[in-house]
Amino acid sequence: MEFGLWQVWDAGWVTAILRGAAVTISVGLLSMVAGLLIGIVCGLIKWARIFPLSLLVDGYTSLVRGVPELLVIYLLFFSSVEFVTKVITAFGYAGLAQSGYAFVIAVIAIGTISGAYSTEVIRGALASIPSGHIEAARALGLPGSRIFHRIIAPQMLRIAVPGINNVWQTTIKDTALVSVVGLQELMRISYIGANSTRHPFVFYLIAAVVYLVITLVSQAGFDGIERLLRLRARR
Amino acid sequence: MELIQLAVPVLLKGLWVTAALTLVSVLIGFNLGLGLALMRLSSNRFWAGFARYYSNVFRGTPLLVQIFIFYYGLGEVSLIKDNALLWWVISDGSRCAVLALALNTAAYTSEILRGGLMSVPTGLVEAAQACGMSRILRFRRIEFPLAIRQALPAYGNELILVVKGTSLASTITVLEITGYAKRLMSQTFAIFEIFAIAGILYLVVNLLLIAIVRSIERYLMRHEAQARQGISTPRVDGSAVV
Repeated sequence: MEFGLWQVWDAGWVTAILRGAAVTISVGLLSMVAGLLIGIVCGLIKWARIFPLSLLVDGYTSLVRGVPELLVIYLLFFSSVEFVTKVITAFGYAGLAQSGYAFVIAVIAIGTISGAYSTEVIRGALASIPSGHIEAARALGLPGSRIFHRIIAPQMLRIAVPGINNVWQTTIKDTALVSVVGLQELMRISYIGANSTRHPFVFYLIAAVVYLVITLVSQAGFDGIERLLRLRARR
Repeated sequence: MELIQLAVPVLLKGLWVTAALTLVSVLIGFNLGLGLALMRLSSNRFWAGFARYYSNVFRGTPLLVQIFIFYYGLGEVSLIKDNALLWWVISDGSRCAVLALALNTAAYTSEILRGGLMSVPTGLVEAAQACGMSRILRFRRIEFPLAIRQALPAYGNELILVVKGTSLASTITVLEITGYAKRLMSQTFAIFEIFAIAGILYLVVNLLLIAIVRSIERYLMRHEAQARQGISTPRVDGSAVV
């Protein structure tokens, strides 16, 4: 055990793990942003019950939230891998196929999953805006776009913050799953380290601690945002 | 058509493994979670602190990491390697997956049940105390029934998360729905079709679970249904439970 820790330090695994953590955080952030964009669009559709589209959104959210994330990742990865490698090698970027491509697919996959959860959060937040506010704005003759960003959006975002926090926590944990398709993020680096040094316990424990630090720090951040919003709301 | 004939029996075989993994982990996880929730609410600072750290650690790290620690990591620790019983548990993929899933869901369950237990009105507990009920009787007859009623909808969501969590067992050699689906995908290249069949199986399992939870909920809330039908029940703030 003690030997394991020393070996991790000595062989430069620390920088590798930190690099992996950076990849994990960037996949998480990009997927979260993509997921929020999906969530706002789909949430609005679901809230306003725009008929044929709302059926599609219902299908999307219940499918993605009911089927394991791993299966969704396999679908997106396997169904695109052949096509994309062919295209990339045809243009002479075979090396890019290894690193860049896995990253893009990871963001798409995790973003799709995160988007389904965000949709529900945004829809819930929209539903809790008193309809009187919107009617009042309409009575004043405000155009639709002004109503959205002066009345709906600010209230929605404030109500949605705790929900978005939950989605972020699951999103960052879901990024661990893309390690199975070979993206070199925190989990994958730990896997490689565990196999090459034969100290799996040390490596996975370090990975767990890094994930824990990420979630605890972001929890503290969200607590801060919530406190700020509450103060501003009171004023 | 041929593909369906090939894939459905294989995936159904996986369905049983998924169901078994879910059932065993939920049975263990629920009891552990209940214990943790009680520890968290107890006045003993040590137990309360332990339960809080436990739930933060298990909710703050990915399930995949937990599964890998149990399956690959623990074998490295000599204490466990030398203990026959512990070694038996972690030497097999499915037992390991159940262990990790149960410990993971226990953390989430403890938070859900804690919320339920905290929502029990103190007046009811004090009344039970005044009636001279022992602590165990009070918990069994007053606190737990009210708490579970409050917690059941959230617990239904947690059950679905456990079903989805069992898919990670495929990363440690257990062949359940996702494991078979991955294998079939790489054998047949009919990626979308396999995904659709596996997805339908998961959705059916989830719908079934939701239906079970709903019916339990209806059963626990039967006094409300009666009240709505106009049958008079003694009901002062839900105190009809006793």
